[in-house]
Amino acid sequence: MVAGALAFWAAAWWTNVQLSRRPRTRVTALLMPALFGITLLVLWEMLVRGLNVSPVILPPPSAIVARLASSWPVLWGDLVQTFFKGALAGYAIGCGAGVLTGIVADRYPFLRRGLLPVGNFAAALPIIGMAPIMVMWFGFGWESKAAVVVLLCFFPMLVNTVEGLAAAERSQRDLMRTYAASYWQTLVKLRLPAAAPFIFNGLKICTTLALIGAIVAEFFGSPTYGLGFRISTEVGRLALDMVWAGIAVAALAGSSFYGLVALLERAATFWHPSQRG
Amino acid sequence: MTSEAGVSLRSVASGAGVAGPARIGRRLVQGNALPVLTVVAALVVIWYAGAVWLNAPWAYDQAGRAGVELGPVDLVAATWSQDRPRLPAPHQVGAELWRTTMEVAPTSRRSLVYHAWITLSATAVGFGLGALLGVVLAASIVLNRAMDASVMPWVIASQTIPILAIAPMIIVVLASLGVTGLMPKAVISMYLSFFPVAVGMVKGLRSPEPMLMDQMRTWNASTSQTFWKLRWPAAVPYLFASLKVGVAASLVGAIIGELPTGAVAGLGARMLSGSYFGQTVQIWSALVMAAILAACLVGAVGLVERLTKRAMGVVA
Repeated sequence: MVAGALAFWAAAWWTNVQLSRRPRTRVTALLMPALFGITLLVLWEMLVRGLNVSPVILPPPSAIVARLASSWPVLWGDLVQTFFKGALAGYAIGCGAGVLTGIVADRYPFLRRGLLPVGNFAAALPIIGMAPIMVMWFGFGWESKAAVVVLLCFFPMLVNTVEGLAAAERSQRDLMRTYAASYWQTLVKLRLPAAAPFIFNGLKICTTLALIGAIVAEFFGSPTYGLGFRISTEVGRLALDMVWAGIAVAALAGSSFYGLVALLERAATFWHPSQRG
Repeated sequence: MTSEAGVSLRSVASGAGVAGPARIGRRLVQGNALPVLTVVAALVVIWYAGAVWLNAPWAYDQAGRAGVELGPVDLVAATWSQDRPRLPAPHQVGAELWRTTMEVAPTSRRSLVYHAWITLSATAVGFGLGALLGVVLAASIVLNRAMDASVMPWVIASQTIPILAIAPMIIVVLASLGVTGLMPKAVISMYLSFFPVAVGMVKGLRSPEPMLMDQMRTWNASTSQTFWKLRWPAAVPYLFASLKVGVAASLVGAIIGELPTGAVAGLGARMLSGSYFGQTVQIWSALVMAAILAACLVGAVGLVERLTKRAMGVVA
């Protein structure tokens, strides 16, 4: 088994090296990472089986998939609680508040000069540590998770919005002035679209933060469902296949959320050089 | 705009010693110090007001039981001095910080310095390993096309996965393998800090312009010469930018890593035990300590950055 795993690894690596020598096309650009991912899974499966690793330490991928299929209703309930209620609600409120505060801060330079360093500083802080306090204030339900996510998303959004609103060029703003455009017209028609790449950058950062915040907040107290609750309790019961299944669900939810925002970005900022490739 | 802000802050810091008061006053008005102080002061005021608002029900309840009428002044006094407030007032947190750092021996388990040190050591080990791994991975991605095409998409995809969710599992699995204490937390720290460094360094090592790369070719430079003499120096600014992100991330990792270990020691454990026993002041003081730690770590990386840039002859 172990030898087979190593042989498969060598073969896959050799194929990738061969592929990398060819000119890059769409097919190879998709094939090579796919091959790498498959190799990892095969290695994992064969090494775990070949070396008789205890399922308490590392279950093979096949066992995780089987568990995912058999426990899907439970995991779906967890996903709804953690992602659709906690993370998404907090994401919407936190990002909305961040953008609005950014616009207000941009309007008043004094506020901007004060808020930007504070926001940059706060973005480096372990805000996730506010989780126990939020659980205390808002109870064990999804509301406290949403509150943690709001805190996590606020500062990256604020900083990105303020930076984005400064992105419109001087000449473009002057042009708006010659049109006698009001502040709001300039904001909506020039500066917000110009800020869109920055705002989307913040939105993408926040997708990951939202899921992390919602899951970690559940470690401090939750109802008897939710991804964070599932992961921490099943770890305690040493049911590691269930833990991995929960992680797989979280990873899938996180990646699709990120992908969705990236698609929205492509649709909204198609004019930007980074999107024209 | 950000760099301009950084410059003016720095000139305030370095110019304060030589410049007269008038100059400092002008700096205060023109630079960011005054706005920042205003915002911070506003936050403190909001904090105090929030403490009154959130703690008022409990204060009224207590007063009702004692049969006392609460005037506005009494109410404020009562809300700012509770034992287990919903939101402790800043001076309560400050007093707790002072008590647990200055009045207790730093080796005692009641000392916040002791807990901060536990967290800091896990952070440092994890950050060191993570930065090293990130740099090595970035170098191999840049130098090897097969690595680039097959691994890079996964490095990026892994950013979208809530890595912290697997922290408890790493702790338990490593414990069952007989690894306990500092290392499991350091592994989580490493995991968190390694991605920003890898992504930033790939960008940095690719940052030399094609013209410069062609110049190296005309000199018949080998791959390793190109790497050490062109790519590496060009990547230094990117390295420090991503190290700052990485060090903050590894502190978060160490704190989260302390949660499932059963609240033994460390800042994360202080938060968890505080939330078990409703000791809000303890949670807040651990939070403030974590914030101070984060600021010091980012500041230390920034200091090394400035020293390195000065040694390299780049105008900092």
